Amino acid sequence: MGNVSDLEGLLRPPAMDMPVYPPKAITLASGEKMVVRQVTRDEVPTLLEAIYPLLWVERDFYDIVAARLFGELLAYKRYRVKDEYVLAGLIDGVLAGMVNGRLVDEKTGMSYHTLTIRRGLRVGSHLFAAKMEYHIEHCGQDEVLIVAESPIGFRRWMIEYPLEKRFEVQHELGGVPSWILPRDTYYAAKPRLVAGTRPVPEDVLRTADTIELPAEEIVVRQVAGEKEGQE
Amino acid sequence: MNPVYIAGAGMTKFGRSEWSLMKLASVASLEALHHADLGEFPVDGVVVANMGAARVNKQTALGSALVDQLALYPATAESVENGPASGASAFKVGVQAIGSGMADVVLVTGVERMRVVNGLEGTDFVASLSHPEAEYIYGVTLPSLAGMFARLYMDRYGVERKHLAMVAIKNHENGTKNPYAHITQTVTMEGILTLPEAAVNNPPIAEPLHLFDCCPVSDGAAAVVLVSEAVAKKLPGPKVRVAGIGQATDTHTVHEREDPTDLKSVRLASEKAFSMAGLTPADVDVAELHDAFTILEIAESEAAGFFPKGEGHKALERGETKLGGKLPINPSGGLKAKGHPVGATGVAQLVELTWQLRGEAEGRQVEGAKVAYACNFGGFGNNVVATVLQREES
Repeated sequence: MGNVSDLEGLLRPPAMDMPVYPPKAITLASGEKMVVRQVTRDEVPTLLEAIYPLLWVERDFYDIVAARLFGELLAYKRYRVKDEYVLAGLIDGVLAGMVNGRLVDEKTGMSYHTLTIRRGLRVGSHLFAAKMEYHIEHCGQDEVLIVAESPIGFRRWMIEYPLEKRFEVQHELGGVPSWILPRDTYYAAKPRLVAGTRPVPEDVLRTADTIELPAEEIVVRQVAGEKEGQE
Repeated sequence: MNPVYIAGAGMTKFGRSEWSLMKLASVASLEALHHADLGEFPVDGVVVANMGAARVNKQTALGSALVDQLALYPATAESVENGPASGASAFKVGVQAIGSGMADVVLVTGVERMRVVNGLEGTDFVASLSHPEAEYIYGVTLPSLAGMFARLYMDRYGVERKHLAMVAIKNHENGTKNPYAHITQTVTMEGILTLPEAAVNNPPIAEPLHLFDCCPVSDGAAAVVLVSEAVAKKLPGPKVRVAGIGQATDTHTVHEREDPTDLKSVRLASEKAFSMAGLTPADVDVAELHDAFTILEIAESEAAGFFPKGEGHKALERGETKLGGKLPINPSGGLKAKGHPVGATGVAQLVELTWQLRGEAEGRQVEGAKVAYACNFGGFGNNVVATVLQREES
């Protein structure tokens, strides 16, 4: 441990080989196409910019999800969490939502967070499904550990899939014990909950080359709704 | 009955609001009073419609509370709870007060703040309007009643899911033109029905009804100012007269009805309203129907007399009910897109129609509208109020 780079080697967790998530396109209820693709470390600051104003939005526990996700994305960018990945949903290149998680080992995945910016179109549901698809189908894992921090999350994950209790395992997000999505349950739920087509047509994929952000007030309004009626 | 006029109309934006129940009611009321421009005429009475405040907001006696909020003392104050028909029932109370000569100016306000509870509790509170021993205890909810109704209707009259989707698409499109609407997002046939993704975008709620067949749960308030003929003559602005109002009830439980697809209370209430107005459904230029579920817009359009039984979905298919069609239905977006704060809904329908008849509906104006109709559907069709409004030229 004679120099800085040796120390960095000790601080940076060893990485597993992780497959790239192949992008897919989903037609939403509005008819708009959302491209779901993997986010690189270089793109993390853009996501942080989108998350930042949500740190103070209490509605539906956005504040706690935003705060934790902010830290997780920072840890991903700066190599302080092991085997994390981030996916984003983009509509005409504009960020509609994001999800992240990590691989615990070859067999088990751990879901971290789902954050929707464009609400009312089941963007979060699609992105969470994409996350499960990544763990089970692309990483070939047997199960994914999951917790929810909001009643909406509980309905979407625990009830809709439905997930199984794995209460003897403590999820890394702390708080409540873990639930689990086993491979069989994923495939049973897939026709109901996992959507999208591949390959994404070149012209559609190009719209998602770079991540654009909606204006801050639009982000907050979309997430929090009208705070004071029409004032 | 003496003639009754709507002199002013106002509402809050529907959606999820951080405002208190009384602030919602006050803002809508002040908008309506400002619109009416009453000058020296005092408000003689206030009627407030609401369904769930006692349960979800822990507040009762809303009529008295609103008089106090607006310093309208010594105006009379009433509160009306009549399930989802509370709004039009309160309106009827106001009409009776003026029509009988007991009052010259009555403020009718509908308000609901139901997003303070979670979706499950909200659904449960609305389900409390069902029969306690024959329906509620078995877990019946309004979506489940509507699902069973839709299944039977589709089986008998050839309505398909694409027709239900057409109602949603039309009303979401109308909602984008209404700055007061809860939902201002268009939806497409591909996105909610025909593409594989639609299975995820539009999940089942109570088959055959899916997510986009159901109205949102909303907060909001709406208000109208009713005046006597003597007052109306002295006020500026176009005159909108309450030409007819009818109410009818049916069995509390749906299964006791001879034909559950026959919305008898809509039919009878509408017949009374048209008879009182001396008009027919053919005279109507614009209508607001109670589309808490898409199937209800189709069924009510037939029961109100606009189309023969089993033909409502065909008129929809021909585009007759969209803006620019022969009879635009729910230009406001309806409950489906404008939203459904339960106690406010019946009043909000009349607010929209007042604006339509005064030519003030802006991007969704039905050109030249002179006669308008509203159906406020209470319970699951066991208590319905129908109203016919008519513009009078000065």
